[in-house]
Amino acid sequence: MAVRDYIRERFMPHIWCPGCGHGIVMNTLIRAVENLGLRKNDIIMVSGIGCSARITGYLDFHTLHTLHGRALAFATGVKLGRPDLHIIVPMGDGDATAIGGNHFIHAARRNIDMTAIIMNNRIYGMTGGQYSPLSGYGRMATTAPYGNIDQAFDIVELAWSAGATFVARTTTYHAHDMVTILEKAIVHKGFSVVEVLSQCPTYYGRKNKLGDAVEMMKSYQKGTTPIGSNAKKQNPDLVERGIFVQEEKPEYCTEYEKIIQKVKGEKQR
Amino acid sequence: MTKQILFLQGNDVCVEAAIYAGVNFFAGYPITPATEIVERLAEQLPRKGGKFIQMEDEIASMCAIIGASLTGMKSMTATSGPGFSLKQEAIGYAVMAEIPCVIVNVQRGGPSTGMPTCVSQGDVMQARWGTHGDHAIITMTASNHQDVFATTVEAFNLAETYRTPVILLFDEVIGHMRERLIMPEPGEIPLIERLRTSVKEGTDYHPYLPRDDGRLPMSDFGGVHRFNVTGLVHDMWGFPSNNPNIAHGLMRHLVDKIENHVSEIAKVKEYYLDDADGILISYGSPARSARHVVENRRKRGIRLGLLELQTLWPFPAEKVRDLCSKAKYILVVELNMGQIMQEVKKAVEDPGKVFLANKIDGTFISPTDIRNIIRLIQGKGV
Repeated sequence: MAVRDYIRERFMPHIWCPGCGHGIVMNTLIRAVENLGLRKNDIIMVSGIGCSARITGYLDFHTLHTLHGRALAFATGVKLGRPDLHIIVPMGDGDATAIGGNHFIHAARRNIDMTAIIMNNRIYGMTGGQYSPLSGYGRMATTAPYGNIDQAFDIVELAWSAGATFVARTTTYHAHDMVTILEKAIVHKGFSVVEVLSQCPTYYGRKNKLGDAVEMMKSYQKGTTPIGSNAKKQNPDLVERGIFVQEEKPEYCTEYEKIIQKVKGEKQR
Repeated sequence: MTKQILFLQGNDVCVEAAIYAGVNFFAGYPITPATEIVERLAEQLPRKGGKFIQMEDEIASMCAIIGASLTGMKSMTATSGPGFSLKQEAIGYAVMAEIPCVIVNVQRGGPSTGMPTCVSQGDVMQARWGTHGDHAIITMTASNHQDVFATTVEAFNLAETYRTPVILLFDEVIGHMRERLIMPEPGEIPLIERLRTSVKEGTDYHPYLPRDDGRLPMSDFGGVHRFNVTGLVHDMWGFPSNNPNIAHGLMRHLVDKIENHVSEIAKVKEYYLDDADGILISYGSPARSARHVVENRRKRGIRLGLLELQTLWPFPAEKVRDLCSKAKYILVVELNMGQIMQEVKKAVEDPGKVFLANKIDGTFISPTDIRNIIRLIQGKGV
């Protein structure tokens, strides 16, 4: 299928700002789905609220645009209703780790089969540039006019320790890697987390004097390195990218199905 | 064939009724005094091939039942005051996106943590206006276990008919009291199943285009039709819109589909109203004391009647006005500071003849409490 067949073209142009990284994520996601040979009817996409969440409106899957932070909670009900379908949950960093932080760690703990894509632009874009749990110490935002004193989460470590069985990080600069990672994440049986560093030149870039979109993407090139590289040993400040976790653990819907098979038809105790 | 007779607490009756109605998805979180509903469904649902999940919080439980309902499951959650507060945003989502679901609130004393093990009816107005924005909602209640059963089945039927969340507003006394339930036979209470679209695959399906009768045929999410669902104002395809005409039409549809059907939705029970000089209006567990008073007075020839509300929202204002038109006084019996009394005052011709018999201390209102208030109204002293 051609890439454009996955897009609801009548909603173009999209609402993302010029230079926003989210369009690259949408592009690579379509390519991953296409490479996997999935039909549009095979995928349910559930999003929350924010710039990232608008991706659901543009893609021609079954799309559910929910409440801020609650995408994974809605998706849990959807998955239990249709365990046979692929569930993809695009979220922003605030959506996933601030207001939705509780749902994020518990979906990971359950190892319920869905793919969480966290488009991390380190800021609340839709509301105009407030700091998020990923902004980082010392960074500027409209709600941190004197510099942010909040420490940042590490999404990979958070997902890993919460029990996610597939955890990866990539960036909008590394779009080809992203396609491969998303393919693996989608077919992984269990809770998959893909953190994508995605530039927001409009707010995060401007507030922190990081230059335009191209300069921000170049910083992903220079500031990241594959997991376990020599460069990381020499420069510990580099951010690692790649697949950190890929393991098999009992998946929630499969385990529940086993319970049904065990007790179905039994009378009340 | 003799009917099965069970001796259960109200929370268990609610579960039996939900299963009778065909519930096959439940998401919940433990909270007093509703926990027994969660526990019983955890045990029962997988036996019926249904699914139960204990979520990480009350918000997630509400969101999960919406997600499951979209895929075609009959979905339900249960909670009490603090949890009901947390669910409000997602209840509004179910209103806006028109997702059938049932929310049980076994009321306890509030505000805040309040009195977790004590009875109250303090959430009547929260059921009506807890979520933000103009909207209509259906809320039902019951005073005995036979009615808890029938009302719970009715809640599922109304949720499917009107594509709306339906709130079952029980209370701690009903939830924990044990009494007899004559189990209805299969088929004895009609079940209304979801209206599904007849639009074939490959044909343009409009998930949010109401029929002439206001009903919206659904297509199970994840099925043959791909469409968008959102809490934003949306067009007939379910896509976000800022068009004032679309926004106005949607708001009118959401409210009218319920408010224009009050006479079909709202149910009351009438006891000795034909010649009543004084009318008690009550609902939920206090209606038991009210009925006791009325029957006791009738034996002495005193013309007292009881109007028991089974539906609180939409409020059956016209019916209340008609039935109370000849009464010299109306006494609303409820376990809050007059939340339904205010609705009765708005409904009747002379609000000055409406009085309140209530308790707000976590204890149950007794027939003696009600009799004392009647004596005060009549100037007799206590």
